[in-house]
Amino acid sequence: MSENLVTVVSFSLFLFIIFLGLFGEFLAPYDPLATAASNTLRPPSWAHPFGTDNLGRDVLSRVIVATRLDLSIALSAVALSFVIGSALGSVAGFWGGWWDRIIGRFSDTIMAFPLFVLAMGIVAALGNTVENIIYATAIINLPFYIRVSRAETSIRRQAGYVAAARLCGISEIRILATQVFPNTLPPMMVQISLNMGWAILNAAGLSFIGLGVRAPDAEWGIMVAEGATYIVSGEWWLALFPGAALMIAVFCFNLLGDGLRDLVDPQRRT
Amino acid sequence: MNTKLYKIGWRLLQAVPSILGVIIISFVLTRALPGDPAVYFAGAMADKESIEQVRQALGLDRSWIEQFFIYVGNLVQGDWGQSLKTGQPVTEELLKRLPASLELTIIGLGLAVLAAVPLGILAATNPGSWVDHICRLLVTAGVSLPTFFTGLFLIYIFYYLLGWSPSPLGRLDIFYLSPSHVTGFYIIDSVIAGDLEIFLGVLAQLVLPTITLGLFALAPIARMTRGAMLGALSSDYVRTARASGLSKSMVLLTYAFRNASLPVLTTLGMVFSFLLGANVLVEKVFSWPGIGSFAIEALIASDYAAVQGFVLSMALLFVTVNLTIDVILAITDPRVGLEE
Repeated sequence: MSENLVTVVSFSLFLFIIFLGLFGEFLAPYDPLATAASNTLRPPSWAHPFGTDNLGRDVLSRVIVATRLDLSIALSAVALSFVIGSALGSVAGFWGGWWDRIIGRFSDTIMAFPLFVLAMGIVAALGNTVENIIYATAIINLPFYIRVSRAETSIRRQAGYVAAARLCGISEIRILATQVFPNTLPPMMVQISLNMGWAILNAAGLSFIGLGVRAPDAEWGIMVAEGATYIVSGEWWLALFPGAALMIAVFCFNLLGDGLRDLVDPQRRT
Repeated sequence: MNTKLYKIGWRLLQAVPSILGVIIISFVLTRALPGDPAVYFAGAMADKESIEQVRQALGLDRSWIEQFFIYVGNLVQGDWGQSLKTGQPVTEELLKRLPASLELTIIGLGLAVLAAVPLGILAATNPGSWVDHICRLLVTAGVSLPTFFTGLFLIYIFYYLLGWSPSPLGRLDIFYLSPSHVTGFYIIDSVIAGDLEIFLGVLAQLVLPTITLGLFALAPIARMTRGAMLGALSSDYVRTARASGLSKSMVLLTYAFRNASLPVLTTLGMVFSFLLGANVLVEKVFSWPGIGSFAIEALIASDYAAVQGFVLSMALLFVTVNLTIDVILAITDPRVGLEE
C-alpha cells in the first residue's frame, strides 16, 4: 500500500504540474514580464509570496509561467528522441545482423561523449535558439531509447504470436510495427518518464550557462542563473524558488517512473 | 597470462573505432554550422582576405573526404584552431586550464567514492534499517538535484549565512599569489613550494565546489554499491565462506566487496562522464578558471574552434578513462584470461 501511495502522490503532482503548464498564465497573480523599478529585490511577503526579482517582477508568477516552457522543451525533446530512437532500436533488435551493428556503433559513438558537453557542442554548431536546445537534448537521449527498445524488441521477436503472425503471411515490417512494437510500449513508458526528469535537468543546465532561452523569458534554468548573482548578497529567493520547482518536477517524474516500473514489471524493483 | 595480455590488447584495439567515431562527429559538428563555416571560424572582425585564408586552411572548397583528412591531419599535428577571443591556439588554452578542472573533478570523485561506498555497503548489510532508507532516499533525491542549485545553496549557507567558506571567486583568494607552476595542480604545487598558507588557502577554496560535485556523483555510486553488494552477499561463494566459519569482516571485505567492486568500478566510468558535464556548471557557479568556464565564454562569444576543441578533448578524455578502467578490470579480475 505504501508503494502505491508514492505512485499516487507522484501522479497527482504530475497532474498538478501539467495543469500549471497548461493554465499557468491564467493563474499567475501578476504579469511575469511586468517590471517595477520601485519594487525590486523584495523578500517573500503576502503580496509577493516568492518575492520580487532585480527588475521588480513577481517571482511566483514567473515560476508558474516557466512551467510551460520547461515542460514543452523537455516533452518535445523526449518525444522526438523516443520516436527516432525506438524506431532505430526496434529495427536493430528485430533483424539483428548488420542493422544491429551499425545502429549499435552509432549509439556507442554518441555515448562516447559526455552528454552535456555534446549538447553544448551541438547547440554551438547549430545556433543558439530554443529549437536547437530541443534537437540537442533529443540527440543526446537517442542512445537511451535505442538501447531499451532494442532490448525489449529482441526479447519479443521469438514470441509465439510473432510466429503465428508469420504463418498468417504478414510481412516482417508489419509484424514489427503492429505486433512487437506495441508490446514494448509499457516498459518504454517507464523509461520515458525517467528520461523526462533527466531531459528537464539537461535543458535547465543548458539555459543556466546561457544557451537557448533568452531574457526576459521565464524559464527555471535562466531564473536560477539570474538569481545566482544575488545569492552572495543574501537575496536567496530569486534562485531558490525556480530551483525548487525544478527539483520537484524532476523528482516527480522520477518517482512516477519508479511507480510505473513497479506496476509494469515488479521483478525489476530496486 | 598470455590470454590476459591478448584480452587487454583486444580491448585497446576496440578503443580505436570509438576514437574514430568521436573524431567523425567532431568533424561533422565543425561543418554543421548554418551558412559558411569559414566566416564563423574567421570571426566577426575578419575581412574578405582572412576569410579566404581560413577557407584555404580548412580546405572548405574541397570534397568532404579531403576536408576530413585535412581535419584529422591538423588534429594530429596539434593544430586545433585559434581561439578568436584570446588569439592563442586552442590546444594551449585547453592545456593551460585542464589542471584546474582535473583538480576539481578528481577530488570531487574521490569524496563521492569515500562517502558513497561505505554508505552502499552499510545499506546492503543492514537491509530495511534506517541506513538503508537514508541510502535509498539519497539515491532518489540525488538524481533529481540540479548541480548548479546545490552549488548555489552551499554558497548561500556556508559563505553568506555562516561565513565559514571564503568567497566563491575561483581557485585562490586575491590576497595570495598562486604557487609557482610545476604541475598546475595548486594543491601539489603549494606543497612543493612548501607554503602552508597558500596550501590552506587553496584547500579552503576547493571545499565547496568539490562537495557540490561529490554530491552529484554520490547517488549513482551509492546505488550501484548497494545493488552490487546485495548481489554479492546473496551469492553462493559468500554462503560457502560463512559456512566455512570465516570471520564477518573477511566475508564482507575479502569476498563480497572484492566481487562487488567490479561493477562499481564500471559505474565510475559512467559517473565520470556525468561529472565532466557537471564540471561545466560547477565552474560557472564558483567562477573556477577551468576548461568548463573557457567553453562557456567561448560559446557566448561564438568562438567555434574553441568550443569544438573543448568537446573533442572531453570526449577523448572520457574514452581514455573508460579504457583505463577496463584495462584495470581486466588485470585485477582473475577470471579474465582463464576462459579458454
